[in-house]
Amino acid sequence: MLIPVALGLGLVGLIAFLWAMKSGQFDDLDGAAHRILFDDDDPPRSGA
Amino acid sequence: MTSSLCLHCGGAIPAGLDGGFCCRGCEGAYGLVRDLGLEQYYSRRAVDPAARPLRPDEEAGLAHDFSAHVMEDGKGEASLHLMIEGLHCGACIWLIEALLNKQPGVTWARVNMTTRRLVVRWRAAEAEPGALLAPVLAVGYRLVPYDPERLGDQTQRQEKELLRAMAIAGFAAGNVMLLSVSVWAGHFSYMGPATRGLMHWISALIVLPAVAWCVRPFARSAISALRAGRTNMDVPITIGVTLASLMSLWETIHGGEYAYFDSAITLLFFLLIGRYLDSRARGRARTTVEHLLALDATAVTVVEADGTQRLMPPHKVSPGARVLVAAGERIGIDGTIVDGVSDVDTSLLTGESLPAQVKAGEKVFAGTLNLSAPLRLTVAAVGERTLLAEIVRMMEVAEQGRARYVALADRVSRWYAPVVHLAAILTFSGWTLLGGAPWQVALLHAVAVLIITCPCALALAVPVVQVIASGRLLRQGILVKSATALERFADADHVVFDKTGTLTLGKAQLVEDGGWGAEDLAEAAGLALASRHPLARALVAAAPNARLADGVAEIPGRGLEVAASGIRLGSRTFVGVDDAQTSHDVGPELWLARPGRPPLRFAFSDAPRPDAAQVVARLKAMGLTVELLSGDRPVTARKVAEELGIDDWRAGCAPADKCARLAELAAQGKKVLMIGDGLNDAPALAAAHVSMSPSTAVDVSQTAADVVFQGGRLAPVVECLEVARTSRTLVKQNFMLALGYNIFTVPLAVAGMVTPLIAAIAMSTSSLVVIGNALRLSGRKGRAGVVGG
Repeated sequence: MLIPVALGLGLVGLIAFLWAMKSGQFDDLDGAAHRILFDDDDPPRSGA
Repeated sequence: MTSSLCLHCGGAIPAGLDGGFCCRGCEGAYGLVRDLGLEQYYSRRAVDPAARPLRPDEEAGLAHDFSAHVMEDGKGEASLHLMIEGLHCGACIWLIEALLNKQPGVTWARVNMTTRRLVVRWRAAEAEPGALLAPVLAVGYRLVPYDPERLGDQTQRQEKELLRAMAIAGFAAGNVMLLSVSVWAGHFSYMGPATRGLMHWISALIVLPAVAWCVRPFARSAISALRAGRTNMDVPITIGVTLASLMSLWETIHGGEYAYFDSAITLLFFLLIGRYLDSRARGRARTTVEHLLALDATAVTVVEADGTQRLMPPHKVSPGARVLVAAGERIGIDGTIVDGVSDVDTSLLTGESLPAQVKAGEKVFAGTLNLSAPLRLTVAAVGERTLLAEIVRMMEVAEQGRARYVALADRVSRWYAPVVHLAAILTFSGWTLLGGAPWQVALLHAVAVLIITCPCALALAVPVVQVIASGRLLRQGILVKSATALERFADADHVVFDKTGTLTLGKAQLVEDGGWGAEDLAEAAGLALASRHPLARALVAAAPNARLADGVAEIPGRGLEVAASGIRLGSRTFVGVDDAQTSHDVGPELWLARPGRPPLRFAFSDAPRPDAAQVVARLKAMGLTVELLSGDRPVTARKVAEELGIDDWRAGCAPADKCARLAELAAQGKKVLMIGDGLNDAPALAAAHVSMSPSTAVDVSQTAADVVFQGGRLAPVVECLEVARTSRTLVKQNFMLALGYNIFTVPLAVAGMVTPLIAAIAMSTSSLVVIGNALRLSGRKGRAGVVGG
């Protein structure tokens, strides 16, 4: 049946979002936009 | 980058310096960055003109005491939380992180660009925090340690909770909608009661836990309002959503035809969006202000008995201690001068625009600025007993006196909530008593009334407008601190300006009065280059090509001298001008004396902000009355008032006088907008109906003001007023739209004709209409940004 599949997929998305939030990925939205521009020939060690 | 700009900070290079740098600090910083192999920074960055230039402080070499804020985790690793000033762009993040990662012992360094904060972790045994951060300071960033537990943590937690609730509501709403659409379709084609029951059960399974979780922010607020004997929007929201969910569960158990699960959860989802946007927009303005405040808090350099110097926060200094105040530094305590002669700028405390000369034995006060030479002070009072604290107390009293302003939304909900509850009860009793329906049916209809009236559009009406308005203002450097500030702004009908630093730039500028020629100016500027006195700086600014004369010596509190040639620049007594032989009016002045020639006078004035006259004219055109309250002398105040076209002015006002004047105006029924920056304005800012202060203002004033604006222009005042007035119109329109929708749908609900499908359609359309109406605010480009006509 399709319903459990749809629900399951939605749930996966929700859990992924909550995890991302908990691990601080929404803390610095402006910084992330800039960080992508560093081409790391001399990468800051903690820059990941 | 052209050769006339400093290679490091991008600022103009003062005339007479070659080598591509504006000062030694920048040269050192450039060398440091290059030695570490990080010079790509300069090609990567984009200098933000609004941010502080990246110029190292002259006292940057002084070891800051960060140790009080270091936290150790017990496993040999220490960490420090800092706020950064001077971030321009992504390259700055990269530079700071790279600089720190090259230090021995550092295990982690991360800059958060949104909040402008830095976290460093290092192995405690291998490094000292002061040495670790020295390169960052030397490059020109300013760092202030803070306690992460105390600063903005609560708002952040609240915001996270809202975001989490929003995610859950969104997930549940999406999935339930999927099921509901098939149920609705089932009404028109054939769907057996068994299938419908299954759909309802699955919906219940998703919605009930989601509602239980997501309703908590509203329930908390509703309960606290009820405890205080009031109602707010959250009361009908909480009751409506809870009842709708329980009623639908009852229906599902009994195999009923209609369940309102989708309405309940979609309603919550919409409301949470509004809440989240609201808290985010305001939280952002608040952290920016917190940031400014913490950076401005002065540290005091205490000289210990053995001669060592330590930086301490002012409240930790004890009376009797010796304190050193460098030239150019703000004095953090009240004290008596032990040693040194200097000029002190008291404009923030008194509004007086001329610096006062001070010498040993005289008293100086916290909040004033030491201009020309280092001073040694004995601390007389700290914290609560300084003149500064006295003013702060006056401000707190004024704040208590300010009538508690009730936001428009709360005023509406005060009568709206009871009406909604009454309508629901009437529906219920009407159906049971008059209609003779079984109580379940009657309750179902009553719940439908609650859902329909549930102020979805009404609750979005205010926050959406506010978010868009404050977002638009934020982009122009105007921070709205208080939730009701915009509403109060729209009420204002009388504007009171402070003079020094508000209408004027608070900086002296050379007046071209024809008493001197270009050569004289160049010669005087040659001497002035050696001084940090504001008048000397103003002279240099007027003569950008001047070269530093040889052998200039500064005699603090008096002037500058080239001993070899006998040329002097300074006060009239210093150059030997007899008071009797000058007919000039008083005002800031410098005299240039050269052997064998008559002394020349350079006069200065504090120029108004470039658009001040236009703003005043514009305010008058908008129907507001304008008034000037200054702590300065009458001569200066009148001059500025006449220049800007302000008819009503008062000079020589002490902080208490300003407060008294505001009380008088309030008694006349005026809604006063107070704009000021000095400490002497802080009580008045708190007492006014609504208040505004520039970001150059002292911290106390920024705390007291509802709105803080950045930049050298006054146009934000007009912009803010216009946005506030437009928002008020939009909010009122939104209320009208929301109420109109209710008038149309409530009778349907009372008549029991509202099915979940109709409820869903009505709710979404009304919300969309309200949001669409609010979006008009951001669409209209800031006409007010150009105060031309």
